[in-house]
Parts: sequence; C-alpha cells; structure tokens
Amino acid sequence: MIDVFDMSLVDWSRGQFALTAMFHWIFVPLTLGLSFIVAFMHTIYVRSGDEAWKRITKFWMKLFGINFAIGVSTGIILEFEFGTNWSNYSWFVGDIFGAPLAIEGILAFFLESTFIAVMFFGWNKVSKRFHLAASWLTAFGANLSAVWILVANAWMQKPVGTAFNPETARNEMTNFWDVIFSDVAVNKFLHTVTSSFLLASVFVIAVSAWFLLRKREVLFAKRSTIVASVFGVIAGFATIFTGDTSARIVARQQPMKFAAMEALYEGQSHAPLVAIGAMRTDTTRQPNPRENFIFKIEIPNALSYMVFLTPSGFVPGISDLVFGNEERGLLSYDEKIERGAVAIQTLKELKRARDRGDDVTYAALLEKFKDPQWLEDYYKHFGYGYYKGRELKELIPNVKMNFYSFHIMVILGIHFLILSLIVLWLSLKNRWGDRKWLLWVALLTLPLPWIASQCGWIVAELGRQPWVVYELMPTLSAVTKLKPGAVQLTFWIFLVTFTALFIAEIRIMLSQIKKGPGGK
Amino acid sequence: MTWGKRLWGIILIKLFIMFAILRIFFFPDILKRNFDSDQERSNHVLEQITNP
Repeated sequence: MIDVFDMSLVDWSRGQFALTAMFHWIFVPLTLGLSFIVAFMHTIYVRSGDEAWKRITKFWMKLFGINFAIGVSTGIILEFEFGTNWSNYSWFVGDIFGAPLAIEGILAFFLESTFIAVMFFGWNKVSKRFHLAASWLTAFGANLSAVWILVANAWMQKPVGTAFNPETARNEMTNFWDVIFSDVAVNKFLHTVTSSFLLASVFVIAVSAWFLLRKREVLFAKRSTIVASVFGVIAGFATIFTGDTSARIVARQQPMKFAAMEALYEGQSHAPLVAIGAMRTDTTRQPNPRENFIFKIEIPNALSYMVFLTPSGFVPGISDLVFGNEERGLLSYDEKIERGAVAIQTLKELKRARDRGDDVTYAALLEKFKDPQWLEDYYKHFGYGYYKGRELKELIPNVKMNFYSFHIMVILGIHFLILSLIVLWLSLKNRWGDRKWLLWVALLTLPLPWIASQCGWIVAELGRQPWVVYELMPTLSAVTKLKPGAVQLTFWIFLVTFTALFIAEIRIMLSQIKKGPGGK
Repeated sequence: MTWGKRLWGIILIKLFIMFAILRIFFFPDILKRNFDSDQERSNHVLEQITNP
C-alpha cells in the first residue's frame, strides 16, 4: 500500500510546514505575553499619574510594536500551505477548521488590530481611560486570536464533536461546544498562553538586567523587573500546573506520544519518571524493548503518579502499544491496521457503488458509517489502514527528539520559575541588581524561553506523528502530490525570507533597547 | 520616529512577498484551481484517500 506516495515529498512538505510554524512561533509568544505586561504597566501609570511609569510603558509598548509588526501575518503562510501542500487534509477537515478560523478573523483579529492603533497612536489624543482600555483590549484580542487556532490544533490531536461524511469525504461539526471545550483544547490554550506570559516575563527581566549591568536607567529597570517578576511567578506556577494536566491528558489520549516523551519502551506499574537522561546514539524507532539510555536519573513511581495520581498505575510503553497487551486491553497495531484497512476498503466500495449507480449496495455501505458500533470497531482505526504492508516502526514517532524536547522544556520551565521567584524576592527587598552574577544569569536566560517554547511544540506535533488528524489521517495521505522540487523551492524561499525577518527583528529590537526608554 | 519608517518598510515588503509573489505564484489552492465544483473535489479526495 501507498507505493505511490513519495516519502521525500512528505518529508519536504512536513519540513516546510515545521519551518514556517517555528518561525511564526518566534514572534507570537512575545506578543501574547508582552501585551499583558504593557497593559499592567499602563494601568499603573494611569492610576498613579507617575510620568516614570509612562516612560516605562512606552518603552515596552515600542518593543511590543516592533515584534507585532514583524511577526504579523507570518501565520497566513500556514494557511497558504494547507491549500497547496495539504489539500487532502484541508478538504478532510475543512468544516472544522473553517469555523474557528472564521471566528478568529472576525472577532479576535479585528479587536486586536482596531485597538492596537489606538494603543500606539493614542497618547495625548484620546482620554487616558480609553487609551488604557485599548491596551487591555489589544492584549485580550491577541490572546483571543490564539484560542481559535489552538482549538483547531486540539481537534487534530483529539477529533471530537464531528462526524465523517463518507459521501463528501469531509468531517462535519456535530457539536461546536465539544470542539471548543474538549479537554485537549482547553488545556492547550491555557498551557500555551501561560507559557507565553512566562516567556515575556523573562524577556523583560533579561532586558532590564542589561540596563542594570550597564548602570543605566536604574529606576526604569527595577520597576520593569518587579512587574515582570510578579507576572513571571504567577505565569510560572500556572505553566507548571497546566503542563502537568497536559501530560495527564496526553498519557490517556495519545499514549504513544507519552511513551516517546519518556522513552518508555516497556510498560509498567510503579513507572519511574526519568528526570535527566542521555539516550544511546544508536537508538532507533524500533518497538523492541532494550536498554536505550547511557545514563538516567529516575524518580521512582513518579510517572505512574503523574498519570493516574497513584503509584501503582500501569503506564503502557511503546512495545505494549505496538504489539498490544491483552491484559491491559490494548489492541496491537497489526489489529488496528487490519481494521483500518477494512474501513478504507468500505469507503472505496461506497464510492464505486455510487459511480456505477448501484443504489442498494451504496445504501447498505452508507449505513455502516452511521452505525456507532462499526465506527468504533473500524472507522476509529481508519488511519492505521494506510500502514498495511509497511513497517510498524513508521507508526512510532521519533523517540529521541521527543524525549529531549520534553525534558529540555520541563527543565527550562523550572529554571524560569526559580529565576522569577529569586528576582521577585530580591526586588521586594530592593536588592535586585546587587549581585552582578545574578544579572548575568538573567541576561543569559534571554533566548532560553524561545527554546523551551519551540521544544513544547516539537513534543506536541512531532510526538503525534505519523498523524495529522489523530488515528484518522496520517501525513502521507494528507499531502498533495506535488513535485518534491516545487516544495523544496518554497522551503528555501521561506528560509531566506524568514531569516531576513528574524534578523530585522533582532536588529531593530537591539537598536531600540540600546537607545533606552528616552530614545526616539 | 526613525524606527517607524524602517518598520513600515519591512511590513510592506513582507506583505508584498507574501501576497503578491508567494500566494500567486507558489501557493495556489490546488482543489479550487483544478476542480470546478465541490462534487468534483470530494470525488478527487475520496479517490486519493481510498487508493493509497
């Protein structure tokens, strides 16, 4: 099966999408977090009337504006790619993606773009209160924009609230609320925005540390730091809480991703959590249990506890999921592949019956797609059918990449929280800035939240491979059959364009930071 | 605002590259371009996903 699918085409298309999404995500989290920090600073200015707070607000608003201006619309490219490179997928999910993205366009984006103009150009032109309201509405608008795209992404991770229409090959929404309030969607949104708030806090703390190291704009830097560290501590705890909930949801909803995140090959009760580890370089995407670590430090029972809130919970490993585990009620991938192939064949016969005008067969086959038992037994495994005759390892995500990305994200997240706590503690005692080495730690932390944030998305997206829509549509059936050369060309165009934008962002940001809050 | 002009320049160049070059020459909507009706599009996708 699937001989006609060219894996180099699939890989280039995936690479192109990943490149675009990762560049887009350089700009977005700073916009989400900094918008609220600016709104808080603006509020302090309006309430206190202190001109020093006005300077502070204007400086961070300027950096927010640079980031927003350079990053805005980079996400549109992803929508271009859906139509060109992922046309089967776009058709398959069309109605589900359509509704959330339309709401994003109409409500959130207009809210954000309308009030952002007032926020930037409203100084001394509109009333102080209206101006402040514009800052808050910009922050809410930016974060509201994120809701809808994350809802769409969550549906791909857990397709709920929909029914597949075999006559049109499209998924149709049956319950809007199930789609937007699925546990994956709610938690994905909360984890994404809180981690973005944390990223922005670290950004403000780090830039302020640079001013303190140079003994410039000390009042500005200390006041900025205290707002950012309060925001950072709250966001840090919220990120860890939502991250923990997220891990629990992933363990139940996408057990293969969870097993890959922990490089757990053999399932076990009292499963330990790998706190730190180094995997062997020759580890491959094989389901066979073997020793894959050069070294690891484990926390006993912690993985079972994390998932089931009891140390005796059984956490399935990669081999349990691939080969099945009757005792634990896990179907083998071979069985799922057989059932998925039946579902694909049924859909194929349905289309043939329609083409030849065989109404009786057509009606009988159509009934299957309305039968809840058949849907549960066969259609649920639809995507596995594409792997008939292929190697089982293709159904296993890249374990090393997931393991390292997950652990880097968690370790860095803890670092950001501890840093925010120390900075807040010292700021409250008016001793932040006394220890030069701590300022250097804060400054050198600057790029790390972006690394953590990108790692989070690598876990989310690479960990669910090979699925585009979980267990229903793999990447290899979602892709448009284009010439790989055409995809490679756009890949390089994007690389050059986005690199230029990234360099522009860094240069303009640095020049404005160097000028300080008094700069033009 | 000296940085403002630079920023507007970047925004305009970016939007031009995205919408006037990439969208038109490199990123057509394949299904819209190749098929006239939704019926034809669904037939095509059904063919694609059932003949792997």
